[in-house]
Amino acid sequence: MARFGMVIDTRTCVGCTDCVVACKTENGVPEGLNRDWIATETTGRFPTLHLEIRTERCNHCDNPPCVSCCPTGASHVEPFGAIVIVTHELCIGCKACHASCPYDARFVHPEGYADKCTFCIHRVKDGQDPACVAVCPTHCMMFGDLDDPNSQVSRQLASRAHHALIAAAGTEPRIFYLT
Amino acid sequence: MTDLVLTRHNELIDPLVRVWGWEIPVYLFLGGWVAGMMIIVGYFVLRGRHREETCVCSVLPGLSAIILSLGMLALFLDLEHKLYVWRLYTTFQVASPMSWGAWILLLVYPALAAVFVLRPPELLRGIWPGFDRLSARFGEPRVVRFIAATNIVLGVGLGIYTGILLSALGARPFWSSAILGPLFLVSGLSSAAAFTHLVARHVEERELLARSDNVFLVIELFVVGLFLVGLLSSSQAQVAAARLVLGGPLTAAFWVLVVGVGIVIPLVIQVLAVSHRIRHTPLGPLLVMAGGLALRFVVVAAGQVSHWPKG
Repeated sequence: MARFGMVIDTRTCVGCTDCVVACKTENGVPEGLNRDWIATETTGRFPTLHLEIRTERCNHCDNPPCVSCCPTGASHVEPFGAIVIVTHELCIGCKACHASCPYDARFVHPEGYADKCTFCIHRVKDGQDPACVAVCPTHCMMFGDLDDPNSQVSRQLASRAHHALIAAAGTEPRIFYLT
Repeated sequence: MTDLVLTRHNELIDPLVRVWGWEIPVYLFLGGWVAGMMIIVGYFVLRGRHREETCVCSVLPGLSAIILSLGMLALFLDLEHKLYVWRLYTTFQVASPMSWGAWILLLVYPALAAVFVLRPPELLRGIWPGFDRLSARFGEPRVVRFIAATNIVLGVGLGIYTGILLSALGARPFWSSAILGPLFLVSGLSSAAAFTHLVARHVEERELLARSDNVFLVIELFVVGLFLVGLLSSSQAQVAAARLVLGGPLTAAFWVLVVGVGIVIPLVIQVLAVSHRIRHTPLGPLLVMAGGLALRFVVVAAGQVSHWPKG
């Protein structure tokens, strides 16, 4: 069974927010809320500064704390692609998953359930890329099976320097940023 | 220098997480308070005090059930998908402290009911004499020991659970400490001893509870110290989290309300009272309970504000 993940090339991401708009359109994300977003991080000391632009979302962790803390099993790892999703009609809206996520990737949907990125599982099941990946004008986003050594994501990770976000939290995120 | 700008502004999440308002601290406080009362009532029953006319065992189970129900009401009010609350009881998620808590809460009511039947309030015995026959059935020594042990075990479980609920959420460095469970347990015990001291009619019981409360408060001070030392000797994120109450925005609330008003001042008052230098007053117990509530508010707020370094 596949283990889907994402690789994002920070050298070609320009922060255009096309991915954000595509996600909101594809998934009907309510106004004022975001399943994905752009982070612009500046580090260093003037004049030696480093700028990294990233598109961020739920990291679909291998060790997802949002799943282990969920009291009803609403947050779970879907067998298809090991994607972390929420079953709306099981969610009681206790917000433990929000508090457990080091990426603050979840929000409360106006209908009351916990909501977040699903890697557009409905599209992936049809053999398509997630909407954010499909629309990226600089092709900085790649999606695929991390367990397949011949997938584009695995090849990029094997050949390029990369990092994941907040690795110290120990959640084993599956979104990697090429540097 | 690190400067991070996000295009996201999700409600309750940005700029700082604040998903839990007043409801969760109130629920944790009431849950801990009831946990302490179950341990106290279990101890009294084990010692056979329930047979005495003025034993506080006759009022604690009923009051505990009411207080716990208020706590569960607060928890319910916090839910965003309220009509689906019954889903808690269609599954048992072994890795989820909240699932454990939901089932423990269900077991607490029958345990309290057993003590209620064993030692019903005088008022009810007067209304329905059948209570005495029912109590006699529960009065078998083996049954009495089982009821007492069940209340103590469930009380310890409930008290620790209120802390584990937070400490299991490792994304928040301030909560990432196994000491939160014992801290909330001992805080619940001190609140329960303080409250029981207020409602007990028997002078000997009141003295015992005041002395016990002093011991609980000293242990609580020690555990608070351990909690902070634990954070300060951990990762960079936990050191930063500890600074929220060591010079950061929650310093005054923590040291004045939790430690000063909630532990040190009532400890001094009650030490003077049990050594008969001043009279027992409700002030000490009321301050202990206010401190217990303040502890939950500060810990819940600090946990939500604390986070791992981004990026």
